[in-house]
Amino acid sequence: MSLLKVFKNGLTRENPTFRLVLGMCPTLAVTTSLMGGLGMGIATTLVLAGSNLIISLLRNVIPDKIRIPCYIVVIATLVTIIDNLMQAFLPALAEVLGIFIPLIVVNCIILARAETFASKNGLVPSLVDGFGMGLGFTVSLSVLGTIREILGTGTFAQAADFGFAGVQLMPEQAAGLIMILPPGAFITLGLLMGFLNQYLEGKGGNSGGAA
Amino acid sequence: MEQPNMLVIFFSAVLINNFVLVRFLGICPFLGVSQKLETAVGMGFAVTFVMGMASAVTWIFNQYLLIPFGLEYLQTIAFILIIASLVQFVEMVLQKSAPGLYQALGVYLPLITTNCAVLGVALINVNQGYGFLATVINGVGAAIGFTLAIVLFAGLRERLAGAPIGRAWQGFPIALVTAGLLSIAFMGFSGFDLSKLFG
Repeated sequence: MSLLKVFKNGLTRENPTFRLVLGMCPTLAVTTSLMGGLGMGIATTLVLAGSNLIISLLRNVIPDKIRIPCYIVVIATLVTIIDNLMQAFLPALAEVLGIFIPLIVVNCIILARAETFASKNGLVPSLVDGFGMGLGFTVSLSVLGTIREILGTGTFAQAADFGFAGVQLMPEQAAGLIMILPPGAFITLGLLMGFLNQYLEGKGGNSGGAA
Repeated sequence: MEQPNMLVIFFSAVLINNFVLVRFLGICPFLGVSQKLETAVGMGFAVTFVMGMASAVTWIFNQYLLIPFGLEYLQTIAFILIIASLVQFVEMVLQKSAPGLYQALGVYLPLITTNCAVLGVALINVNQGYGFLATVINGVGAAIGFTLAIVLFAGLRERLAGAPIGRAWQGFPIALVTAGLLSIAFMGFSGFDLSKLFG
């Protein structure tokens, strides 16, 4: 597989959110705003690329039988670093993401890529795969976050950490609070996934997600 | 710090802050193993078992090892390792001593390591500053809430399997919308003031 193909794989064919349906907890929990989705996506991408890089370097050293605990230690270390950095430099974002930053450790995408890709491939493809997958995840989360933020609060791209109040697209009274409450997350993702499948079906490609 | 009422902690973990539908923890097994009622019940029991134990063990480690040495920043790494080894340990013990139970729970146990609800409850317990008893009660309550949600959801999905749904909407899309409706139902509990009820 060429590097470009590896990179695009995560964005389209094996999009973690819409095709593989992995890492659902952060996807649903932090996408109350574009900022939350984007921040979570970037944090996950950094961990994913880092863990793919390290695991690919160590793939001949790690004994096969204890590989999962080894992967988890690598991932947990990276997550701790990101967690501390975020609390120091982006406190408002860290507040929004809360417990879901340490929980990147148990995000299935990262372990799945370590197991299925990084442990079998060289340094460069693994790094590219990590960034591709991470970007796919980030884009999905940002889309969800944008939709929920606009419908739920009427603003677009509000970001306290960067002193950006966002653009008020529609009056707050018109916004439906339910969209930023938990039910809104489930329903938005379900509808998006359904319409995406319908679109792909209409194009004549193989449809159906990973049902 | 004054310890809150145990009944309040328990019921708020089960209903008001339901782990799956309100806090979004443990969504992967919630969507993954809820096709059949039977497997959902099995998963629920396995999670209850591990979550109760994990809460207790992580609290002890945190209190007597991490805090005295000022190593709180290692919580994430320490907890995930504790949970992973605990799951492995439980699996081995069950295999030797309770083959029947192992047969029932066995396939779900390895999956639990990456169930974010288990690590989540351990971290929430620490953040809330709960004592030992409150920690265990919160862990068990959260797990029962998880079981309740996954069993209800599996029941709904069994019905959905026979419903006439367009091809594009089968599987995850319709399941997610259903989960959204279930979540709306659980939001109804958020109006309860438990501390008045039990206090």
